[in-house]
Amino acid sequence: MDTTIPAAAPRATGAGALAGVRADIPYLSGHPDRVYLDSAATAQRPASVIDAEAAFVRDAYAAVHRGSSIATGGATTAFESARETVAAYVGAQPNEIVWTENATDALNVVALGMSDASLGLGGARFALAPGDEILVTEAEHHANLIPWQRLARRTGAALRWVGVDEHGLWSVDDLRAAVGPRTRIVAFAHVSNVTGAIAPVADIAEIARDVGALTVLDACQSAPHQRLDLPGLGVDFAAFSAHKMLGPTGIGALWGRTELLDELPPARTGGSTITTVTMEQAEFLPAPQRFEAGTQPVSQAVGFAAAADYLDRLGHDAIATHGDELTEALVEAVTATPGIRLVGPAPGVARASLASFIVDGVHAHDVGQFLDDRGITVRTGHHCAQPLHRRLGVAATVRASAYVYSTADDVARFREALGEVRGFFGAHS
Amino acid sequence: MSDLESLYREVLLDHSRRPEGRGDISGFAVTHHELNPSCGDEITLGMSLAPDGTIDALAWEGQGCSISTASASVMTGLLMEEGTDAASARSLIEQFRSMLRSPGVEPPEELGDAAAFQGVARYVMRVKCAMLPWVAAEACLLRLDPPGDS
Repeated sequence: MDTTIPAAAPRATGAGALAGVRADIPYLSGHPDRVYLDSAATAQRPASVIDAEAAFVRDAYAAVHRGSSIATGGATTAFESARETVAAYVGAQPNEIVWTENATDALNVVALGMSDASLGLGGARFALAPGDEILVTEAEHHANLIPWQRLARRTGAALRWVGVDEHGLWSVDDLRAAVGPRTRIVAFAHVSNVTGAIAPVADIAEIARDVGALTVLDACQSAPHQRLDLPGLGVDFAAFSAHKMLGPTGIGALWGRTELLDELPPARTGGSTITTVTMEQAEFLPAPQRFEAGTQPVSQAVGFAAAADYLDRLGHDAIATHGDELTEALVEAVTATPGIRLVGPAPGVARASLASFIVDGVHAHDVGQFLDDRGITVRTGHHCAQPLHRRLGVAATVRASAYVYSTADDVARFREALGEVRGFFGAHS
Repeated sequence: MSDLESLYREVLLDHSRRPEGRGDISGFAVTHHELNPSCGDEITLGMSLAPDGTIDALAWEGQGCSISTASASVMTGLLMEEGTDAASARSLIEQFRSMLRSPGVEPPEELGDAAAFQGVARYVMRVKCAMLPWVAAEACLLRLDPPGDS
């Protein structure tokens, strides 16, 4: 892909690795007094991403992969070029990237495809039967749990899981012990959306491979912060979402190894996925087309690629440096405030750019309301990870998450407000 | 009064710290569990009617934010006022709901301390917190005094 840096590219400067990025984000420019620390939920978009999508709609929009007009050719080229860009961002080949509605949808495409395989609808290597096991962790986002629960119910396979401790963390040793000869699938998140803990993906992929199990990686919280090499990580499938990495909503991606994707039955069928259709049956195209039934999120794909381009222009060293600085500041803000318990890895241990926490005597929603009143947007709730929260002993936590446009000043304001929360609600230890 | 103070009135915070009605819910004629799936807050409410149709016992257990806890407390006080029957309880629930849907409208006097929740109406994401116990009470009443029964 084209990695030349255009003249208008934002540049890293000495004053913070990504100084100036904030000015590229219309939402942040439009809300100069607000602090946005909810990027792990959804990221604010740069003008270049918004403009790329709008420009495509204005100037080049037409049906994709249908018909023969010049306009269709141009739109199809833009759509497939977007696929190449996003594929390159995760070290993959374009035919290994399937557009989905979001990451949740991508995980469902895999689970439902395996369900179809279990019914004898093709892809026999994915068929599950009673006695087979699906392994997940107790830290998973519901999106990487419920599809596997349902697959287990449909096929008679057993769902097993690696438990988390009181910090919300699970161990590779426990995972190794839970894997057995009947393990067929190991599904886990690269980065926990609650704890920020980073899984040793390559090690887990090897453990799974040793017993012939397939690995499914939820890369939602890692893809925004680094260029991934999905094939190199050794996993078999991975899911990620555009809107968490500066891109539009309505589009995510499933990555899978070519030989697997070409065999996985398409759970959703319809136009554009087929080679030959008779009144009795249909034959399907290779990936990715076999999975892309019906009209696709075409302009969103263009926006997704623009987001990947933007991140590449920022430079991944700068993104990492900036991320590390803000992560440290977030953790420091939480741990330095009395009466607050940090969830996840201990301070100083690697984590993604987020900090979830519990305030003694004040419910997460009340904390969030107080911060909101101070102009600070954070996430409150169970973050779609109820089993993990049950283990933490609370119904909800507060999560502050930073991204490329977040600043040290954002975290300083968060820290200052956090210091006043318990006083306001009259919580005293 | 700041926006935050109009949401978290002192009376509301007092109720959340020392909630009325929190206790054992065994032995009630009916109980109902209500969950707010977006935040995990939950309440189980127990209620019994006296032979004359008035509410003679009410208690709840559960965990939630200050808004839902205070709301359960205030509701307990209102519904346990002597002579409150199913019909008047329903009317109070409806007035409370109506208040939460009408930002800036002065709440009716009947709501008493519950009027302190007026400020919640401006916070769409918190209306469900305040409504949680009242929805549970509504469900209890439906079973204790089904419509068309009287």
